[in-house]
Amino acid sequence: MYYDNLIFEISKENHIGYSLPDYDIPTYHIPKSFKRKDELLLPEVSELEAVRHYTNVSFKNFGIEKGMYPLGSCTMKYNPKINQDISNDPRFSLHPYQPDHTVQGLLEIYTETARILGELSGLDAFTLNSYAGAQGELLGLMIIKKYHQDNDDLKRTKIIVPDSAHGTNPASASVAGFDVVEVKSNEDGTVNLEDLNSVLGDDIAGIMLTNPNTLGIFEKDILEIAERVHGAGGLLYYDGANLNPILGIARPGDMGFDIMHINLHKTFSTPHGGGGPGAGPVGVKASLKHLLPQPVVKKTDERYTIEHHNDTTIGQISQFYGNMGVIIKAYTYLLSIGKENFKKIGQNSVLNANYIKESLKDLYQLPFERTCKHEFVFSGIKDKSTDVHTLDIAKRLLDFDIHPPTIYFPLVVKEAIMIEPPETESKDTVDHFIDVMKTVAKEAITDPETVKTAPHTTVVRRLDEAEAARNPRVKYRDLI
Amino acid sequence: MFKYLPHTEREIKEMLQVIGVDNIDDLFHDVPKTLKDLDLDVPKAHSELEIFERFNHLANKNIPLTPFVGAGAYDHYTPTVIRHLIERQEFLTAYTPYQPEISQGTLQYIFEYQSIVTELTQMDVANASMYDGATATAEAMMMACKTKRRNKIFMSETVHPATIKVVQTYAKYRNITVTLIPEQDGVTDIEIFKELNDKDHAGIIVQSPNYYGNIEQLDGYRTLLDETKGLFIVNSDLATLSTLKPAGYYKADIAVGEAQSLGIPLWFGGPYIGYMATTKKLMRKMPGRICGVTEDVDGKRAYVLTLQAREQHIRREKANSNICSNQSLLALFVTIYSAIMGKKGIKEAQQKSFNATHYLAEELTQLDGFDYAFNQPFFKDVCLETPHDPQVLQKACEDKGFFAPLVIGEHNGKHRLLLSATEKRTKHDIDTLVATLEVA
Repeated sequence: MYYDNLIFEISKENHIGYSLPDYDIPTYHIPKSFKRKDELLLPEVSELEAVRHYTNVSFKNFGIEKGMYPLGSCTMKYNPKINQDISNDPRFSLHPYQPDHTVQGLLEIYTETARILGELSGLDAFTLNSYAGAQGELLGLMIIKKYHQDNDDLKRTKIIVPDSAHGTNPASASVAGFDVVEVKSNEDGTVNLEDLNSVLGDDIAGIMLTNPNTLGIFEKDILEIAERVHGAGGLLYYDGANLNPILGIARPGDMGFDIMHINLHKTFSTPHGGGGPGAGPVGVKASLKHLLPQPVVKKTDERYTIEHHNDTTIGQISQFYGNMGVIIKAYTYLLSIGKENFKKIGQNSVLNANYIKESLKDLYQLPFERTCKHEFVFSGIKDKSTDVHTLDIAKRLLDFDIHPPTIYFPLVVKEAIMIEPPETESKDTVDHFIDVMKTVAKEAITDPETVKTAPHTTVVRRLDEAEAARNPRVKYRDLI
Repeated sequence: MFKYLPHTEREIKEMLQVIGVDNIDDLFHDVPKTLKDLDLDVPKAHSELEIFERFNHLANKNIPLTPFVGAGAYDHYTPTVIRHLIERQEFLTAYTPYQPEISQGTLQYIFEYQSIVTELTQMDVANASMYDGATATAEAMMMACKTKRRNKIFMSETVHPATIKVVQTYAKYRNITVTLIPEQDGVTDIEIFKELNDKDHAGIIVQSPNYYGNIEQLDGYRTLLDETKGLFIVNSDLATLSTLKPAGYYKADIAVGEAQSLGIPLWFGGPYIGYMATTKKLMRKMPGRICGVTEDVDGKRAYVLTLQAREQHIRREKANSNICSNQSLLALFVTIYSAIMGKKGIKEAQQKSFNATHYLAEELTQLDGFDYAFNQPFFKDVCLETPHDPQVLQKACEDKGFFAPLVIGEHNGKHRLLLSATEKRTKHDIDTLVATLEVA
């Protein structure tokens, strides 16, 4: 119980955990009218008190190194230790405004990472300035908008988004100032071409898709879709959240996509960090390269330079050059995997997913009976006589030390459970997951109470989420 | 076999049998043949040893310099325990805390982070991290325009130029007009704002300490904005608020900025972390994650992401913003820094940086051809003017292993320079820099 305290609650007056040098520099006085005088409620703890506190806080979390994380559309794969070691090298931690000729190594990492991402995606130029997938989407949409504006094609105000899309897609379109048009999915989970045709017109700026889509199904008609959208004057944006299963096998650029983002914290194994930092590099076809945001890193005669001013770009979207520390991790990973192994990533993740799907489809309802890619979606338990819901199943998995799959997404599947077992999970781990899922499915019939009251073994049990929203207490002062 | 890919040929065969296909390629039968023939120009697989060699080679192409430049990226001291704690896999390799029962660790530090941000800004509620200070300011601009249903906003020209560019970019695509308020002697000209202020603008963005390092006089804006029902958005380096009167003191509506100064290494510009805090009244208009306290079924205190109806995964195109992944681990960084440095240490680091910058400025302005650009109180950055060739100055500093000064423009035929010194710079370093600039 003691370790459930907040850092503020273990704070004691005059405990200190820091030391700073005294450099014999005179003291100057902050002008009185600007100086803060009120008492700050901030912690005072010794170094051990802080270390023990955050070590114990960490025990209340579940990370990849503890157990399987089959989180659909999130690609939670192993984060190699070397990525971390390399990005910690202090020789890369320089001031972002150091002159170009003193940061050639960093600029080479930037440029080479961008080049390899271009090869893997089939696009011609990448910026690494965007901080996350969602910012990459926003940037991509700005590029689409500027492209049409530059062509004086001002009536293109709409972006097409399938009903199965990630929530960030419509949100990004809206933030970029577009109206969202939804297209329906077919019964097999792919884009309905007739519905697509009915919305295509001279007011369409583009379409946002991922392929494989959020149901884990490859849009087999992608070349046809690309032709029709291009034919109507629109551009194709690829949501790179689902790039992992086709890595080294097929490329969005070849499918007809004009722009895409890549989540480095997913496919390229820089960790997710409890919600970030990630990085969301954006790639484009050559015809759109001039629109990429400034600053731009350029290579000229074996020298790298940073260009801050460029009239043709969409503008600037980050203070400096994106999350360089994350980019270094991704470059480390790209070198580790190498040409020999990219294809195996796609293959083994797809193998794991289909193996689980086939092993569990007798007990869980499978709405789309076909080969999946990296992920697939069940529609709750097959035996509908039980009132055990997807949420209950997710909570019960916690008792078995497995992170639950994504639930209630995509919205087009009732009681959705979306499973993605990345390629770094071995057959033994996958078999264990299958056994646990079978156990829970059986419990749902024989002992539903146990499932519905789960979890039983976690540090806290089911929470009153409505209370948190009704009576928001969001800081320590709200508790005292 | 490859170390990150555990499947043996035999296991692959067994699994294919269960699936009912002969070959792993059959799992890709739905991918058009024309797409599949790839010959990628990518590096071969590197062993660990080769990777260390490659990065050694790259590191040797950099020239590490001791910075006497801030301008939005400050070389403060990082207590050594922080890295050990944030690299615990339970923090580093976790997902966004959508399953609260096994994410109490992340949720608890987010709650602590929000407490620290609200304390430093003197605001009611903070979100749990934004990408950086510039995008946080852009989000504040969008939040203000959406709340006020107005599509214009004022911004001071003394805001960091990169922040101005980012805000202008976000604004342009939403058809929001950004009206710049010019400077007068290195601070925002409030008289011009008084003249221009109207009900078409959603509010004003002011930065203090501003780009030049000058502390802005923030009194007066609230009254002017109350007349037009506009919002007051204050951008600050979060750490400076431990020693300067914060946004809340001036009754700001939104406090935003960069929190990198709370010990985050320079890392060539990222990852850093933006923060945002606001009033109770505007809480539901705020973007990003918010963690709140509740209880579990046993009555035990527990933390959960709350007010999620504002967010993209629930509200889709009607969400307050599109933010999903953010800078959560950096929020932990800032939280641990605040715990280790504590109430006294955060202030001490800022006061010492203030001292070092002032000592540097005082010594430099004793030299021939170096003058203060403005007659204003400044904090961690100082803006000087000189007729000397800045490239000669930079080169002389580089030869001594220093990065200084940052050249930010020209004024009346003189070059404007930006310099900064943190608590990490010794008196000897500063004296050497001054002597170097004198000779140059």
